[in-house]
Amino acid sequence: MTASVITGVGVVAPNGPDRESWWQATLDGKSGLDTISRFDASRYPTRVAGEVTGFDPAEHASARLISETDAMTQYAFAAADEALADASLDTDAFADLDLAVITANSSGGVEFGQRELQKLYSEGPQAVGAYMSIAWFYAATTGQLSIRHGMRGPCGVLCSEQAGGLDVLAQARRVLARGTRVVLSGGTDASLSPYGLVCQLSNGRLSERHRPDRAFVPFDREASGYVPGEGGAILVVESLDQARARSAPQVYALIAGYAATFDPRPGSGRPPGLRRAIELALADAGLRPADVDVVLADGHGVPELDRQEAEAINTVFGPGSVPVSVPKTMTGRLYAGGAPLDVAAAVLALRDQIIPPAVNTAADPAHRLDVVTDRPRRAALRTALVLARGYGGFNAAVVLRSA
Amino acid sequence: MTGRAVITGIGVVAPGPTGREPFWEMIVEGRTATRGITLFDPSPFRSRIGAECDFDPEREGLSYQEIRRTDRAGQFALVAAREALADSGFEPDDRNAHRIGVSIGNGVGNAISMEQEYRTVSDNGRQWLVDPSYMKPHLYSYVMSSSLAKEVAWAVCAEGPATVVSSGCCAGIDAVGYAVDLIREGSADVMVAGATDAPIYPITVSCFDTLRASSTSNDDPEHACRPFDRRRNGLVLGEGSAVFVIEELEHARRRGARVYCEVAGYAARANGYHMTGLRPDGREMGEAITAALDEARINPEEIDYCNAHGSGTRQNDRHETAAYKRSLGEHAYRIPVSSIKSMVGHSLGSIGSIEIAASALAIDRGTVPPTANYEERDPECDLDYVPRTAREAELDVVLSVGSGFGGFQSAVVLTSPRRIG
Repeated sequence: MTASVITGVGVVAPNGPDRESWWQATLDGKSGLDTISRFDASRYPTRVAGEVTGFDPAEHASARLISETDAMTQYAFAAADEALADASLDTDAFADLDLAVITANSSGGVEFGQRELQKLYSEGPQAVGAYMSIAWFYAATTGQLSIRHGMRGPCGVLCSEQAGGLDVLAQARRVLARGTRVVLSGGTDASLSPYGLVCQLSNGRLSERHRPDRAFVPFDREASGYVPGEGGAILVVESLDQARARSAPQVYALIAGYAATFDPRPGSGRPPGLRRAIELALADAGLRPADVDVVLADGHGVPELDRQEAEAINTVFGPGSVPVSVPKTMTGRLYAGGAPLDVAAAVLALRDQIIPPAVNTAADPAHRLDVVTDRPRRAALRTALVLARGYGGFNAAVVLRSA
Repeated sequence: MTGRAVITGIGVVAPGPTGREPFWEMIVEGRTATRGITLFDPSPFRSRIGAECDFDPEREGLSYQEIRRTDRAGQFALVAAREALADSGFEPDDRNAHRIGVSIGNGVGNAISMEQEYRTVSDNGRQWLVDPSYMKPHLYSYVMSSSLAKEVAWAVCAEGPATVVSSGCCAGIDAVGYAVDLIREGSADVMVAGATDAPIYPITVSCFDTLRASSTSNDDPEHACRPFDRRRNGLVLGEGSAVFVIEELEHARRRGARVYCEVAGYAARANGYHMTGLRPDGREMGEAITAALDEARINPEEIDYCNAHGSGTRQNDRHETAAYKRSLGEHAYRIPVSSIKSMVGHSLGSIGSIEIAASALAIDRGTVPPTANYEERDPECDLDYVPRTAREAELDVVLSVGSGFGGFQSAVVLTSPRRIG
């Protein structure tokens, strides 16, 4: 099986509406978390979020297409365009059946859906718009990207909450192994409508701190939950052989290893599955723990979940033995977009030989983790491990390695 | 390891009576489950017909806590998964749990609960700034369709890879294809895979009304869905779930499992053309069929039966008929092609799995289920659609296809245990 590699990265994030501005902000420790501005959040216990700002959908899609899509898909339009340009990939040079789109989704087009539900119940069934059926469902982004770029190969959509953003990279790797030549993968999300926020509040894990610099502090003794964010990343994935043959501008990283596990059901008395996901992903990559130079943590910000993640990392690597990065402290948790954005951070870290920091957090020594905080850290980096956990028990790990 | 994946257990919650055998009896007898909608008052809607499951979660043995925390879609999946597991005879335990995975196809998530809870927190659509003091604690599990895979994982003690496959109306096929991939690559020995959806509620009915895609035979709902018939006038929304135990062949043999069929080939393609439109020439579905046959290393002439998408819209019936001719050539005219949607409606993300259940049972029982309500030939659709009456036939290779919004097309090839050798 020829190796699968990432050759293009596109980003829309709360701390930067495109790849390089987001990456610079991330290295500078500039957070995109702020008081919610899109609607009056003063009546909600959670008022801080990572909203995408400085993004104009009209720069990326026609007025008609904007009216037919939720923001989650509009972010994907921008990120996909950026990723394809970054990879210098001319889709016309490929047969359309050799191109595919496989994205993660989590909550669908919530804002679009809320507007149409409001029309249904305030005006009646005739008021529901014709685009409801294609804008809010989980497959909207994959379908739209497939049409936009003429990608007619084995497309797909996976939902495993935050873990789904890594599952789609594994699926990209599978279809490449069977002959597809290019996959647009990753995910973007936009969960910040009033109904979307209330749905999230119900999981009991959202931070109710109102200071943007104190609301989301994973691994900190004061961790009290997470804040939601929007955006994500779209990645171009192809085979290493093809990337070399077509002289791709860069090969960011090999998708060297992957594994997914599910936690034992409640009451089993057995430990969660994250550690096993890490071990299986390393085995898949044929690497040892000592080969890993940086871990991009799931960083949930909920004390018990932070403790479990620290335990999994320490059991595999030894306490304090590997630098841990949590750039999502600057964006919040982006659900389907979160893990792809962490993958983007990991591959740019490999490119620039620098580990982006976590901000606003002081790791609790009890976790015994080497969390890179406040300032980026220069380091010789060849291999990065990205972790993601999805609500309910989903775990995924991806190993990325410089080509 | 053989890298081959076989179906060893089947669970079904389809429109009409609950359970695999009642489902099979119904479709073989050509009875329809399409009726006037009872899940809500359909009077303001253009189409007022649905194919509903006669489903009582307490009678089916779900616990109070399971009922409380799940949407109707999740309840269907739990019942179907348990029936499949019992059917397979496979017993999960602490030692094999990490080798059991879950992939659940779904189209519209926990749509009924999302809409019901919206009505409450928005005071029936009056408030944009909805009121969190009315939110239900399980609302997050409704907005995240991934909870459907979680519920099944808990029910079958799975601790391997788990996900929801959400490629719209192809999800029921794609979830099975995903499971087969994971078994072939060795990521799991057993996959509990299938699909569920429960879309019969005002917002989804509105969507199909707006698109004018659903049948308006409101005065004759029992005969409303008429795939391939000249007088067809649209799809009938359905609901339900089918879940399978899919195993690596050697794993199944070692424990002496009964094998329904092998999942020999699968492919998904996109049209890259339109979110809801299809080319009349059948190109995209034809490509999916050809790719699935290639993967199975099976010639078109070996197909004994096509379990059709057959949604009952003119656009689909034309596209699909052309697709069979493109991909199977003259052989398309020689084999039976039937649509069980005539009886169970179109349950969006789950119908692909319900149709795989019908196909696997067709192989197992040597019977081709009919297309109910088919009476008048359409000059554009000139294949053998098995009108109204089931046929006995030895089936070694069965093709099942799906088509959905987003431009997705999927095809799966099932083969009889006689061919496994």
